[in-house]
Amino acid sequence: MTQAHLPPIGRRGLLLGLSALATLGGARLAVAQNIPASGARGERRLVVIVLRGAMDGLHAVVPYGDPDYAGLRGALALPEPGRDGGVHDLGGFFGLHPALRGMAELYRGGELLPVQAIAGPYRTRSHFDGQDLLEGGAEQRLNAGWLNRALAHMCAGNQGARRGLSVGVGLPLILRGPEPVGTWSPARPQRPHAELLGRMADLLHEDPVLGRSMQEGLRGRGFAAAALESTDALGGGFQLLAAAAGRLLAARDGPRVAALEIGGWDTHAAQGNRMQPALAQLDGGVTALRREMGAAWAQTVVLCVTEFGRTARVNGNMGTDHGTGGAAFLAGGAVRGGRVLADWPGLRDDRLFEGRDLQPTRDLRAIAKGLLRDHLHLPPAAIAAAFPGSATVAPEGQLLRG
Amino acid sequence: MAASSCARRPGPVSAIFGAEGSAMTLSSHLALHRFGHGARSDAPLPTDPLAWLDAQTRAPPVPLGRPGYSPADGYAAWREHDAAPPPPGQQSPVNRLFRAEQEAWVAHLLASEAPFHDRLTGFWLNHFTVSQRGGFGAMTGFSAFLREAVRPRVTGRFADLLVAVAKSPAMLFYLDQVASVGPNSTFGRRSGRGLNENLARELLELHTLSPAGGYTQQDVVELARLMSGWGVERNATPFDTVFRPANHEPGEKQLLGQAWAAGPDSFEAVLRQLAAHPATLRQLAFRLVRHFIADAPAEADVARIEAVLRQTDGDLGAAARALLRLPSASAPRLGKLRSPGEYALALFRAGGGTDPRPVLGAMAALGQPLWNAPQPNGWGDVAQAWASPEQVMLRLDVAYETAGRFPRRDPRDMGEELLGPLLRPATREAVRRAGSARDAMALLFTSPEMQRR
Repeated sequence: MTQAHLPPIGRRGLLLGLSALATLGGARLAVAQNIPASGARGERRLVVIVLRGAMDGLHAVVPYGDPDYAGLRGALALPEPGRDGGVHDLGGFFGLHPALRGMAELYRGGELLPVQAIAGPYRTRSHFDGQDLLEGGAEQRLNAGWLNRALAHMCAGNQGARRGLSVGVGLPLILRGPEPVGTWSPARPQRPHAELLGRMADLLHEDPVLGRSMQEGLRGRGFAAAALESTDALGGGFQLLAAAAGRLLAARDGPRVAALEIGGWDTHAAQGNRMQPALAQLDGGVTALRREMGAAWAQTVVLCVTEFGRTARVNGNMGTDHGTGGAAFLAGGAVRGGRVLADWPGLRDDRLFEGRDLQPTRDLRAIAKGLLRDHLHLPPAAIAAAFPGSATVAPEGQLLRG
Repeated sequence: MAASSCARRPGPVSAIFGAEGSAMTLSSHLALHRFGHGARSDAPLPTDPLAWLDAQTRAPPVPLGRPGYSPADGYAAWREHDAAPPPPGQQSPVNRLFRAEQEAWVAHLLASEAPFHDRLTGFWLNHFTVSQRGGFGAMTGFSAFLREAVRPRVTGRFADLLVAVAKSPAMLFYLDQVASVGPNSTFGRRSGRGLNENLARELLELHTLSPAGGYTQQDVVELARLMSGWGVERNATPFDTVFRPANHEPGEKQLLGQAWAAGPDSFEAVLRQLAAHPATLRQLAFRLVRHFIADAPAEADVARIEAVLRQTDGDLGAAARALLRLPSASAPRLGKLRSPGEYALALFRAGGGTDPRPVLGAMAALGQPLWNAPQPNGWGDVAQAWASPEQVMLRLDVAYETAGRFPRRDPRDMGEELLGPLLRPATREAVRRAGSARDAMALLFTSPEMQRR
């Protein structure tokens, strides 16, 4: 498989904002060689953000109107809209976590469509398996991702162009495959997210040399002793990547499909504090993407997916464990948003999947297939190739404006 | 690696757990971990680890995969630079040569099948530090220093290594011997120039006797007088080390309780005597054990290696083989913290990396840029030198960054393959419970067993 490495944009490029594309030079060449005259490339853009580690959908898209919510969630339950620290209302039943400020703004503008009680076809509770299947697009493991297969059918005849772009250090499975894809990574290294730092600290705790140094190092970097739970210390790694992706996607001859990933969602303990920075990063990233894309945002769909949801009940560590049904987001100027897409199963004991997880009532593939059909206008054969073995899963309609 | 001593990686981990408790057998994983730069999961494990390590001390090293440069090439680049200095932001031709050599060496280390030999080379390169900070003189001669002076001799006699290093152009430049002139030599009397004691002092202090050897300032001066005249001709043939009689201090010198005649031959003769000095052997034994086994070496271990050096006339190969047979060499406890350079190599070998450039970047990010020690005493060789809070935080960053470079590897398999019986249950559990494959690999890379050896 070909993998083009784009030169880093660098600090100068970032300072220059949109004009940085002029300094990309080779990068533009790498993502967009042999582009025919304007128009042939298509203006529609698709960005997939993989939330690695299983985002707790019930903590992001909060069913505050469900009578069983507060009881299941205990101290993790978030206040209703209008109360101190309350959720952003999504129409009287669901609410958005307070950290998702920018996304709440999108919702009010009709550009955000939260999806609840959704899952892939698999029922594994293993992150690795779940992510591989989520990205592969089938019920068994594949060596290539569904987004890469979809690329094969975009702008046919445009050989050699890089229609896809991966932002980050490595190429995630979702974009791996025979279609050449560009990658871009920032000049500055990414740092581990707060939740991972906590695990690293656990792992090194007993080491007589490394354990103590890490504790002091965390303090030195401005993490409070209350560990890794502050929102601001993380910096803007994901925002940086999202902004870069936005700039590349906005270019007339830039890529049209991009994949990003963000970790920090595996909140087995202290979820109230540990999920906040991940949500804030996601929110900042989507906001940055929209800002950098400018007019192209109107032709864009951003799909945020995670491998599965988490347990409906809070666990003994003020966290949640691996579950099943979860939440997803569609954002973008092309999205028919301002509503929540859900066949809500309820949170009553007898409604929970295996007595513990939110029951999934919608297949993630239906959403993705809907976007391939109605947004990227791929033919049925291409959609079937992207998601093999999904004949019984109909593409979801009505996701887009007009 | 001889094919006969290798087999495919064993499957079930339980099969190699038996070795864990035994203090007297060196497991295959420990051999690679403690005496190499860690396992590569695409390379076979040695079935007879001791024989495999021994073999590396007996066979001449394989040539590096990429060509190096002679001092003459280096001096040509230096003249090219002087004739047309590159504008700011552009690399000097000398820097280009040096950088290519760094990449050649790291590319070799990543794929190497003789990692014990490489570790010995690394040890001796640090013992006889020549640093990029020494400028063009050190850089132009570095390829020959590595390939011709040090690497072929790290399992030979210490005296031969010492002589080759002390006469290598890179060292003569780095420690200013090229500027040393006997004050009573023809050239000294005419120019008024005098001795530079730098190399003479470090030969006694760092390379041989150590302060424990009890030399005096007068000894340093006598050695500097004795060595005067040795230098480098970089603008004419031979573009190499030369002895210039006109710069040599006339008359006898007194050193180590004996008189040394004037002339070029006394330099090598005195080096050979220094090499065999009991204080030198003691110092080398201490440093070898400290590097491979423990920050605070056990006296019995040092005494054992010292005895081997004494009995074998300073045979470094014999000393290396004796190190492997110290009971502490097989102890399951990982007592040494990997230096940043060793850590970076271990991570990229673990991931199956082949590109030297990100490895060099990681080494620099962690504070140990290759061949760039701040001072002639080289990099620290104990945990204390590398475990400040920010240094440890930087390791976490590099672990995370590096984990992102190998998205196709399954970290669950990697832990078992790379570490075998060294993998702690806590690490296995953390890897299994991680939120993503990248997080899992970052946790594996962060674990004490990856940071230690």
